[in-house]
Amino acid sequence: MISIGHINKKFRKLQVLVDISAQMEKGQVIALIGPNGSGKTTLIKSILGMVRPDSGKITVDGHIINGDPSYREKIGYMPQIGRYPDNMRIGQLFKMLENIRSIPVEKQDRTLIQQFELEKIFDKPMRTLSGGTRQKVSAAIAFLFDPAILILDEPTAGLDPLSAEILKEKIIYEKKKNKLILITSHILSDLDELTTHVMYLQDGKLQFFKDIASLQEETGELRLGKAIARIMKGEKITNEWIDKMLEVKKDEKIY
Amino acid sequence: MKVSKYVLYDILRNKIIIAYTLFLFIVSMSMFQMEENSSKAMLSLMNIVLIVLPLVSLVFTTIHYYNSYEFIELMSSQPMSRTRILLSEFAGVAISLISAFLIGVGLPVVIYAPDDIGFSLLLTGVALTLVFISLAFFASVRARDKARGIGSALLLWFYFTLIYDGLILLIIFNLSDYPLEKATLLLISLNPIDIARIFVTLKMDISALMGVTSALYKDFFGSGTGILFTIGIMILWTIIPLWLAIRKFNQKDL
Repeated sequence: MISIGHINKKFRKLQVLVDISAQMEKGQVIALIGPNGSGKTTLIKSILGMVRPDSGKITVDGHIINGDPSYREKIGYMPQIGRYPDNMRIGQLFKMLENIRSIPVEKQDRTLIQQFELEKIFDKPMRTLSGGTRQKVSAAIAFLFDPAILILDEPTAGLDPLSAEILKEKIIYEKKKNKLILITSHILSDLDELTTHVMYLQDGKLQFFKDIASLQEETGELRLGKAIARIMKGEKITNEWIDKMLEVKKDEKIY
Repeated sequence: MKVSKYVLYDILRNKIIIAYTLFLFIVSMSMFQMEENSSKAMLSLMNIVLIVLPLVSLVFTTIHYYNSYEFIELMSSQPMSRTRILLSEFAGVAISLISAFLIGVGLPVVIYAPDDIGFSLLLTGVALTLVFISLAFFASVRARDKARGIGSALLLWFYFTLIYDGLILLIIFNLSDYPLEKATLLLISLNPIDIARIFVTLKMDISALMGVTSALYKDFFGSGTGILFTIGIMILWTIIPLWLAIRKFNQKDL
């Protein structure tokens, strides 16, 4: 569904994406992981057409991204930091998006709005919302139009455990509908039960893009975090991020 | 333009536009109240309009652009083209600033001086607003941050209200031995504020005091070609910066 061909991107002197190529298909849940500043968000924004790559091409469902915005009808995007017009009320925000896409309420997927109980605060202006509530709004927007592709940038960061669980359930539910879901997260335990593929970025380079089964086979680890750590160590690339990740794992229950 | 509605709504909520309308209204009303001769009042009003309108249009548009960055970001992840996003922003700002002008200045003019001069002032006011909104979009799309954006907007204002006239005066003084009427006419018409000033002034009686040059200008601007020329220049000044802004905006990383 999404094919990325030899993408390069420089911000001034900093090369953020180096010759990235990948082929993503329906039914895949891809965990896009990598240290801070490795180019995850830039890659996502390139797919959305918000960042213009210096070279290479991206096609979504066969359409090359070059200005015609209609392909974005198929994409639901949840940004890392949801920033919305200060003066707009939550209800208006949903109304406006509905107007832009011209999809009537009956055909919308409003389950997250209900589960996060956003209707109660529909008349609150966006500027008064806490970070977590903004995340809830972002999530509800991403799923609102039942898109074939979901791009979620740090979806559970900032959400309370209950809401994070609701969102995870929702992602699993959408996964069953044979959608392409692209998730970035630093909390690997969140991704464990969801992902089918792992895409690892470091310093703007795509280190590997594998499905979970072969990753587990290669490393002999069932847990995603450990498997990745193994791979990275095997390739003699150890960094602090991996160590830190494993540290967190020690405190967790093993199941 | 479904989106312009929300842009407009956002602008109306922050009340600056209402303050601007009131300011224009109070100034215009007091001009007409203080001066018994309505054409004298028109002259003072024109001078205020020519200074305040470009300044407010530039600064307001630039600040609005940076304030609605979140909105632009949100829109650009939706199935909407960048061109449409920027044009909606332009339409929203233009509608609000023009209505502020038409209420604030237009209403008093219609009440106290509903003549040729009055309507040409309103026409040029609307045109100037459009021109400077378009210039402001150009400046803010190009600038990386808010400070630079507002800075370059102010520079543009200084350039068009002060520096440009100074340069023209310099040319006229240095080349005073040559007949420069037509050349200066051309130079002046390249500045939207100057052309607006001439266009309105020549409709007034005081233009007779300006000598031979004025007679030449009156011949030109009084004619149908002159009006078309003025409108044409204003349209070019609106479209070209806006087009450049859209082109830049389309290549920009958000």
